[in-house]
Amino acid sequence: MYMDKSLKELHELLQKKEVTSKELIQESLEKSKDVQEKYNAFVTIIDNPSEGTINEEIVSGIPFGVKDNYSTKDVLSTGSSNTLNNYVPIYTATVVQNLLDKGAVMVNKPALDEFGMGGTGTTCHTGKVLNPWSKERMCAGSSAGSACAVAAGVYPYALGSDTGDSIRKPAAFCGIVGYKPTYGMLSRYGLFPFASSLDHCGVLTRSVEDAAIVVDAMKGKDSHDMTSWDSKNINLTKALTGDVKGKKLFYIKEICEIENYPMANLELKEHLANFHKTLELFKTKGVEIEGVSINKDLLNALPSVYVILSCAEATSNMSNLTGIIFGPRGKSCNVMEMIKEHRTLGFSPLIKRRFVIGSYILQKENQERYFKNAQRVRRLIVDTMKDLFKTYDGLIMPVSSGPAKKFSQDDDVIDENTSILEEHLQIGNFGGFPSITIPDGFINKLPVGINITGNCYKDEDVLNLAYALESLMDFKGQIAKEVE
Amino acid sequence: MKKQIPVIGIEMHCELKSKAKVFSRASNAYSEIPNSNIALLDLAFPGTLPVVNQKCVEDSLKVSLALNCTQPEYIYFDRKNYYYPDLPKGYQITQMSEPVGVNGKTEIEVNGNLKEVLIHDVHLEEDAASLDHYFDTSTIDYNRCGVPLLELVTEPCFHSAEEVLAFLEHMRRIYQYLDVSEADTKKGQIRCDVNVSIRDIDTEELGTRVEVKNVNSFSGVVDTINYEIERQTKLKEEGRYNEVEQDTRRWDEETQKTVHMRSKVDAIDYKYFVEPNIPKYKVTQEWLDKLKEEIPRLYLERKYDYINNYNLSNYDASILVKDRDIADYFEECLNLGIEAKTASNWITTQIMGYLNKEERKIKDIFLTPKRLKDLTDLISKGTISFKQAKEIFDKVLMEQKEVKEFVKEDNAQLSDKEELNQIIDEIINNSPNQVEQYHNGKTNLFDYFVGQVMKNTRGKANPVLTKEILKEKLDK
Repeated sequence: MYMDKSLKELHELLQKKEVTSKELIQESLEKSKDVQEKYNAFVTIIDNPSEGTINEEIVSGIPFGVKDNYSTKDVLSTGSSNTLNNYVPIYTATVVQNLLDKGAVMVNKPALDEFGMGGTGTTCHTGKVLNPWSKERMCAGSSAGSACAVAAGVYPYALGSDTGDSIRKPAAFCGIVGYKPTYGMLSRYGLFPFASSLDHCGVLTRSVEDAAIVVDAMKGKDSHDMTSWDSKNINLTKALTGDVKGKKLFYIKEICEIENYPMANLELKEHLANFHKTLELFKTKGVEIEGVSINKDLLNALPSVYVILSCAEATSNMSNLTGIIFGPRGKSCNVMEMIKEHRTLGFSPLIKRRFVIGSYILQKENQERYFKNAQRVRRLIVDTMKDLFKTYDGLIMPVSSGPAKKFSQDDDVIDENTSILEEHLQIGNFGGFPSITIPDGFINKLPVGINITGNCYKDEDVLNLAYALESLMDFKGQIAKEVE
Repeated sequence: MKKQIPVIGIEMHCELKSKAKVFSRASNAYSEIPNSNIALLDLAFPGTLPVVNQKCVEDSLKVSLALNCTQPEYIYFDRKNYYYPDLPKGYQITQMSEPVGVNGKTEIEVNGNLKEVLIHDVHLEEDAASLDHYFDTSTIDYNRCGVPLLELVTEPCFHSAEEVLAFLEHMRRIYQYLDVSEADTKKGQIRCDVNVSIRDIDTEELGTRVEVKNVNSFSGVVDTINYEIERQTKLKEEGRYNEVEQDTRRWDEETQKTVHMRSKVDAIDYKYFVEPNIPKYKVTQEWLDKLKEEIPRLYLERKYDYINNYNLSNYDASILVKDRDIADYFEECLNLGIEAKTASNWITTQIMGYLNKEERKIKDIFLTPKRLKDLTDLISKGTISFKQAKEIFDKVLMEQKEVKEFVKEDNAQLSDKEELNQIIDEIINNSPNQVEQYHNGKTNLFDYFVGQVMKNTRGKANPVLTKEILKEKLDK
């Protein structure tokens, strides 16, 4: 059994020839089939991936998964949507190619909420993804399959994408690490777009170090993505010293104090208590942490700003899905009818609802009231954060209102009491901030997570902080164990 | 008496010259083979992203500068969203909020009079694929998809088809002078939307505006305008002006009529918003200054320069500035010291005749301004006659050899003063009768002597020199 090990451990074993890439692939494929059967995590398991050549690159020869909204040449790439249920791309996304070029071995394509639009892992065209800690529960989304597979020990890492919290929330619900770097550090070329100004590539792993290694291997300026930038002088892996003495963090009082939730259930109480306990623990490393007040109106606006901006961009981004050039083609003889048929049959009701919202928002008469105002509020939120980042090295926050939710709880109904607690990770997308979630405890034997977010380009600081905190706890490298 | 005056505005789309398309790496070259110049982005494969072709932005800024527009502080783009099979992405990347130029103006010549045309804006965008419709199928050629397109929108400042035509010709020449487009209507590189309304001559209030889309030849534009003016005027005169609808129409070549496409109420909401995949970037003064330096003198400026400072006729100057390369050639001749009228004559007759006959470009011919200078020098020095020069001109072009090669070989004139003196003395001595008659007033015998010299030298005597010597000797 190797697939529960860390990247460095595996690399060493491969170099010493104690195990071969072929054996790792074999094990990963077997686990994939097992996880597929138990949790329905994948759209595609690749039949016979060619083994990687072992070289100096840590990722060489080691299996990994690629969320099915990345374009992968000659491998079915569906975005977990029926609109692309037969789409085999002719090119590979830059970040995936960067890993393949270093000898990494792609073994499967995990499922997601259709095109990343959803936070439950239940809207994949292949059916819902179950949580490896409890089949009764969701993984959260949209990187549900990726989080499930990494937590279940299929491989050390899988690629995810994050538009609102799609990497960082499933990571928390599955008890693993989820990291999205600063906007543009990873090229989005080949990532099926949801909302381009919010979309981030990223990775799900079982340790901060693995997250650093994988992103180091993927990053770089890409001539195909104008928003990508040169990060040659950033080395995430080397930045992990564990020395965080004197660093200053803040949390948002209006979200993290239990007094804000008079109706709080036991889970929420435990979750927040555990959060504050974790902060106390972190302080032993010499980190200063304090609560900061942020205008409640601004915080309350977060979810609507996100809905407006993401739906608007999504409506436009997915206009290319017509079934004419790729995807299943409509049968009508009239081209507009063909497009209508393709989209009517292809998209799930959730997505259609978002398109209607997006279209409405972008209408000439509504743009000023909704779209432009949402952009202004986004700017206000980002400016507020950037201002705080002048004083603090990062924001530390609990993820969600507790552990993974049961399928019977409908996540699409926003509970007003805890909505900011559920949605605040979107701040990281508004500002393009580097943001990482790591596990920080258990509630009813189910994992919960904590998140650290820093200023743009401060990925090294953010990762080192998470690395230091991780070292104080016992959850690094943990594999999911079914509890119910 | 005319009771109505037409008011016309133009939207002129012109394909720009470039190696690659405006947002993809596919070649921007005309190809007969459908779907041979396409990149992943042109087909909107999921995950592809636009990357701005900086050359296209620079060329657009040059047009903006040449049209005296205001340039934006930042370059960025907008998405124009609509579904159509010629638009794989489902949106066109264009510039709605910050065009490369706004509020410009340019002077055109209409019937020898100058007219100022106001430019609303000029913006850079991408072209759509081309569709061909057959009896029961349609085909799509994505070669044109993503080709850089510059759209120029004028204010409604024209009052006749003639003015619009002059403007289109003017713009075509400006694009060619700036070297940003071939501006070839035959290749479909220029397409226009025409807005026409009529208003009562005694009021400023505009009438109902009718838009005619996608007229793809200059003659089509003229026909469209004249047709619409007539149609609207007729309805007005018949008291049925309420039947003029604010609609979008198209020009039908076959019936020579405009045809209703859609009404204002059916106007599409394009749901514009800023393209998030292209980060905005600053238009610095240094950048604009650099681009300004690359803009050549435009044709009207040159034309008036040639007329006012070099005494060329309006006709000759107009011919010289028609093509920037020819104007450049002419100016190079001036720089080398060829007299303006001489250079103009050679270019407008001999050289352009040759270019037309051989279908060649002036830039490519062997007879460079330097060689033309060699040739005209020989004439002014009297070494060769104009007739001989024309023969040498042909030979230089045909055999691609230096001018002097042909002078040496067989055309060398007899310009040796000593030798001519001798020959002339001999003729005078042998013609005492004619000399006497000449001195008695029969001065037209001068030509007889010239003829004798030519006969004696088999035509090679330098005529200027011959006349000079003869006059000296006979009149002494």
